[in-house]
Amino acid sequence: MNIPLSITKNIHDWLFEVMSAPVATVVEKVLIAVAFLGFFALAGLLLVYMERRIAAFFQLRLGPNRVGPQGIFQTIADALKLVSKELTGTVKADQFLYKLAPYFLIVASLMALSVLPFSKELHAFDINIGVFFLIAISSIGVIGILIGGWSSNNKYALIGAMRSGLQTVSYELSVGLSILTIVVLAGSLQISEIIEAQRNGWFIIQGHIPAVIAFMIFMIAGTAETNRAPFDLVEAESELGAGFHTEYSGMNFAYFFLAEFINMFIIAAIGTILFFGGYLSPFGITESIPLLGVFWFMIKVLGLVFLMMWFRWTFPRLRVDQLLTLEWKYLLPINLFNIVLMAIIVWLGLTINF
Amino acid sequence: METTFEKNSFKSEEYFINMGPQHPATHGVLRLLLTIDGEIIKNVEPDLGYIHRSIEKMCERDSYQQIVHLTDRMDYLSAHINNEAVCLAVENALGLEVPERVKVIRTIIAELTRLASHQLWWGVMGMDVGALTTYFYGFRDREMINDIFEETCGARLTMNYNIPGGLMFDIHPNFVQRTKDFVAHFKTKLPEYDTLLTGNVIFQKRTKGVGILTKEDAISFGTSGPVARASGYSCDVRKLHPYSAYDRVNFNEALFTEGDTFARYRVRIQEMWESLAIIEQLIDNIPEGDYKTATNAVIKLPKGEFYQKVETARGELGVFIVSDGKKNPYRLKFRSPGFSNLSALKKMAVGSKLGDLVAMMATLDIVVPDIDR
Repeated sequence: MNIPLSITKNIHDWLFEVMSAPVATVVEKVLIAVAFLGFFALAGLLLVYMERRIAAFFQLRLGPNRVGPQGIFQTIADALKLVSKELTGTVKADQFLYKLAPYFLIVASLMALSVLPFSKELHAFDINIGVFFLIAISSIGVIGILIGGWSSNNKYALIGAMRSGLQTVSYELSVGLSILTIVVLAGSLQISEIIEAQRNGWFIIQGHIPAVIAFMIFMIAGTAETNRAPFDLVEAESELGAGFHTEYSGMNFAYFFLAEFINMFIIAAIGTILFFGGYLSPFGITESIPLLGVFWFMIKVLGLVFLMMWFRWTFPRLRVDQLLTLEWKYLLPINLFNIVLMAIIVWLGLTINF
Repeated sequence: METTFEKNSFKSEEYFINMGPQHPATHGVLRLLLTIDGEIIKNVEPDLGYIHRSIEKMCERDSYQQIVHLTDRMDYLSAHINNEAVCLAVENALGLEVPERVKVIRTIIAELTRLASHQLWWGVMGMDVGALTTYFYGFRDREMINDIFEETCGARLTMNYNIPGGLMFDIHPNFVQRTKDFVAHFKTKLPEYDTLLTGNVIFQKRTKGVGILTKEDAISFGTSGPVARASGYSCDVRKLHPYSAYDRVNFNEALFTEGDTFARYRVRIQEMWESLAIIEQLIDNIPEGDYKTATNAVIKLPKGEFYQKVETARGELGVFIVSDGKKNPYRLKFRSPGFSNLSALKKMAVGSKLGDLVAMMATLDIVVPDIDR
């Protein structure tokens, strides 16, 4: 029984029945966009709640537990508060760019979200260069941070934005190259094909040594891309106050805040797709029920998200020169070597298949 | 066509930035005037005066019993030790001999205060280098000390437990047992501090070889306490000029020679072990006796100048009293450890990165009301 497929197919058929084909196509696209917007907001709030709860348990606290059962409505209340807050800003800010900046981040996150496969059928946008699209889109977000930091007319925001620029540009290389390592193994850039190629063993097992190295580099670089601790120099609160979003308030701030969490979700989702078989169940135990793909996908993604939260609440922050040393002197050479190693392994057929 | 491409077009420009008085890393209302070139610090000028309450001037107005209470509000994390400094100065000036019981209790509580201060410092130190979790671990253990204080003297932070001539009242019957419990508890938790932060690779990379203060500089800037001892300058008042019960306990002065941020960190961790050792030696042998000697209701010091120094959690606190024989001092001067320690910041920080400055300030362990009385 393919429930998601049948539901989406029914809506699709019904739309094309009651409207002419061009109108129905537009309406359908709008519906998908609305669905993603809803997911964006809900997943963001869920992740904020999860982060606060997990942080609390790392820190001998309880975390939010008053609003609703176990405090699950706390983040919704917080979001409502942010919506109702006045949008303050500096007079000397470059008003146009200042207001534009948050949308860059959101658009980048939403576009990256659109290519993620939640299950075999729930896959809005399966293009043949899916992975390449993800890498390209994830670079757009940094423009939002740079514009936001620059236009705020605040020196702390500027330092944060400049740090973000050098950090994201550097670590994008490592993210890209570690993804490329897996593309060598999969032989395709299309996300659905990458996942289907993992039916006889997830890539972290198929590709064994180079895949594990690639996964570790991907997690380090991915954490750096999302500007989270130990790479949170962009908003290093003990150094820069709030970094690039110092001057933002209300919903403008919330956009930055949500985008950070969605970016974390996206990095974890890419990790899941490339290394842990995406929506595939372990050992194929529930392959007869495709709907459970959503369940497995979310479990794996949230597992990786938990890993990133674990990093954040354990490690101190790196210094800016150490950040660059780590990338250019260690991760990048290891990565280049790792791709060659992976190519040799694929060429000699040394992969592990079940 | 002449090229406009010149070497100068890539010249970087220094700019000025205000760190504080409202900034998370300055731990209060300290303002640093920073000149930076990108991330590299070119100049640091601390600007004080945001929490100046003219405590020294107020002391000229107040009686000696009242002065004790004002000292709580200087270095509030070493409140008991500050009280002790004034009390010792007054007692020495009067030639008053306090009972042995008072000396031992004062020492135990002073060491508990030092532990509480270092625990808070450790939590904040972690937070300043970006490890937020340490804060809560430090506060978990500090809470036990504050509970002991609360039970014995009613207050948790600014205790006002000392009076010239002894203590405000006797220790609570539970004091000995709870202190023993705490020592046993903290002995198992202190290694956790090392596991969480000291051994971390990122932390060591952030702190080793950073913010170096040589022994000569440490002496010439007048630094004291853990900051000076990390540079190899032996200056522990408890060892060199013992007061209260420090002459009868065995402990080592924590000394390191590197003089960098990591050495200052390790001095304080080491001091926590030493404080535990001091408490363990004294807690079972609190002598019986009176908890204070009687003094006149109005204390009048003889004419003259009196000086007493003690070792607070931050370093050497000196109290200098000029008395003209009245019930209040003619002039009273505090030599606070934080002020001298902060003066060394420029020497340490120039040439390093912005992130390191925050770590350096954390290891100076600044308490702004102590710097700015």
